[in-house]
Amino acid sequence: MKKKLTTVEFHGTPEQEAALRAVIKKHAGEKGAMMPILQEAQGIYGYLPIEVQRIISLETGVSMEEIFGIASFYSQFKLNPDGKYAIAVCLGTACYVKGSGEVIEEISKQLNVPVGSTSSDGKYSVEATRCLGACGLAPVMTVNGEVYGSLKKSDVATILAKYV
Amino acid sequence: MDMINVKINGKTYSVAKGSTVLEAAKAAKIDIPTLCYLKDINEIGACRLCLVEVAEMRGPALGPWRMVTACVYPCTEGMEIKTSTPKITASRKMNLELLLSNHDKKCLSCVRSTNCELQTLCREYGVEFSRFDGATQEYAIDDHSPIIRDNNKCVLCRRCVATCAKVQGIGVIGANNRGFDTYIGSTFGINLADTSCINCGQCIVACPVGALYERDDTDKVFAAIADPSKHVVICTAPSVRAQIGECFGYEPGTDCEGKMVAALKALGFDGVYDMNLTADLTIVEEATELIGRIQNKGVLPMITSCSPGWIKFCEHYFPEMTENLSTCKSPQQMFGAVVKTYYAQKMGWDPKDIFFVSAIPCTAKKFEVGRPDQSAAGVPDVDVAITTREVGRMIQKAGIDFKNLEDEKFDDPFDIGSSAGAIFGATGGVMEAALRYAAEIILGRKLEKKELDFVEVRGTEGIKTASYKLGDLTVNVAVASSTGKAKELLNMVKEGKLDVQFIEIMACPGGCVNGGGQPIQPAKVRMDKDLRAIRAGVLYNDDANETLRKSQDNLAVQVLYKEFFGEPNSHKAHEVLHTKYIKRGL
Repeated sequence: MKKKLTTVEFHGTPEQEAALRAVIKKHAGEKGAMMPILQEAQGIYGYLPIEVQRIISLETGVSMEEIFGIASFYSQFKLNPDGKYAIAVCLGTACYVKGSGEVIEEISKQLNVPVGSTSSDGKYSVEATRCLGACGLAPVMTVNGEVYGSLKKSDVATILAKYV
Repeated sequence: MDMINVKINGKTYSVAKGSTVLEAAKAAKIDIPTLCYLKDINEIGACRLCLVEVAEMRGPALGPWRMVTACVYPCTEGMEIKTSTPKITASRKMNLELLLSNHDKKCLSCVRSTNCELQTLCREYGVEFSRFDGATQEYAIDDHSPIIRDNNKCVLCRRCVATCAKVQGIGVIGANNRGFDTYIGSTFGINLADTSCINCGQCIVACPVGALYERDDTDKVFAAIADPSKHVVICTAPSVRAQIGECFGYEPGTDCEGKMVAALKALGFDGVYDMNLTADLTIVEEATELIGRIQNKGVLPMITSCSPGWIKFCEHYFPEMTENLSTCKSPQQMFGAVVKTYYAQKMGWDPKDIFFVSAIPCTAKKFEVGRPDQSAAGVPDVDVAITTREVGRMIQKAGIDFKNLEDEKFDDPFDIGSSAGAIFGATGGVMEAALRYAAEIILGRKLEKKELDFVEVRGTEGIKTASYKLGDLTVNVAVASSTGKAKELLNMVKEGKLDVQFIEIMACPGGCVNGGGQPIQPAKVRMDKDLRAIRAGVLYNDDANETLRKSQDNLAVQVLYKEFFGEPNSHKAHEVLHTKYIKRGL
């Protein structure tokens, strides 16, 4: 899987940095600590931009590349934060055969946000998800958890108009 | 050593306990193909070309036959191994086809053609095209630094990754993304030039294919030679003569100095000079600086500055220690500076009309020529630095019959080099050469022949320490080769575990003889030959048979001081032969 690189400007706070340093300190000397450190760092910032990875690298002595290798390997790690409006379109089998591919493409086009990334102002993120378990409503999408079903490409503009 | 018995292809062998199947086969003179395997550095069983069939003892009887990767699978007592069955051949062939399905097969112009481990295997297994042609990945070539990465040819073996992280202690490259999207690159996909890469080129000599190579600067040199308004001169580093033969089929460890000089003259250089001379000049400057620091309580330990890979490593990883670096330029830069100041003046040439080329075993020197404060005459000291491999390619391209050339000698007036300068090419050599100079100064007398050997600092050991008593003064020294070992050594110094006054560091393991710009030997050769020791042998042989074994006795160096610099570390010498460093950090 190809991870989309960070497109959103970093606005970390001193409080977040202090929390991150505390996490690293807590795991100091622990073998295999990188996974929990990255998970907790993502808990603090919502994603793992280069600025956060640099702090982790300098504090742990693990090279930047090794950390990025881990962060880009596992789907659980995000290089972009969820947008203010986090849009997720199901690309599970049922939704896909009912045309969710077209729907996500339309969303991406209208918002000018590539799938898997976040608009640079941090407002929208567009993500393809696996089966949401609502195949009866296929194709399905969610915006901040609110579910929209039986979608057509032509519904996209109306839905997006609610989130400005 | 504990031995166990195994049967390979029906014949019984006694092999060392703990051997892998690959090692056992090698000892039995049976070749098992490998691609990702690099002895001691990358043993991960990833490429699956070393597949063999084994059956192990289960109680009293032989268990079922299974396929395993020979490079990581340990031998057990009574094990039976088959290294070449139709099933194995079919599997290896399929794995090669899978590799080729996403490989940019531009073999005709590939820099590694005829020296490519993938190409060799495809030839051996009769694999010409892939049954699995389908989706392919396309990558932009990263050519922003002297180290060029073309991921379109990468086979994801990770030999470069392991070398960078484990041997050099740097780790600026690794596997990014997952599955079919996996590629080897740097953090967040940035260019190598923007990382803390030190341009050592050890990744290049680790690469089995053409995915990594140095920036080719040979066209610039050919163009300069063709330009009648330029005085085009070249100097060759100590270890180029010890390796250039490998480009023409000589065994590693063959000294080809005479043929190399003849070939360079045939290429049309106006002057072919011996860098051993400025190695000597470096020693005189550097050892004088060391004595000064010891006597005037300057910053100690002083660390050598000849290896540009090490310099950039220090600037990134030990910025607080840049004051410990000798301010001496490297022999390459000193040579260019001397030619463009002293020699230009003497000959009445405009330094702008001199095109100075250095032939070096090093890729980091390509970076060094562009560093600030390396322009003694107002123009860059060195115009182009070309690796041993590039020198070999130039000779081939020009159609020069290297093997049948008559030996020739370096050109006047830069033809004299002591063997103290020659051993610069091996780890510990700079230290030994400096000690031969410093000892005479401190003792105030000439050293006797038997006092010239400082054997404790020789050898391929990663870290060496020694203590020498020179009159009333005890000098503690340390030598490290590979930046991974340098990191270890400097941490010991920082923690106060090691008290030394003088440290020699070379970025490449074994020193320049094993530099990133040297001819590439396949993993198979590296499996049973220690190239570092074999290549260094050329230089130490030279030293043993030479009468001029001290830098300070080099007449050409003495002339330089008499006619131009005055004395070591003079104001003029500082202007021309010394430089500054940058605290880069991470």
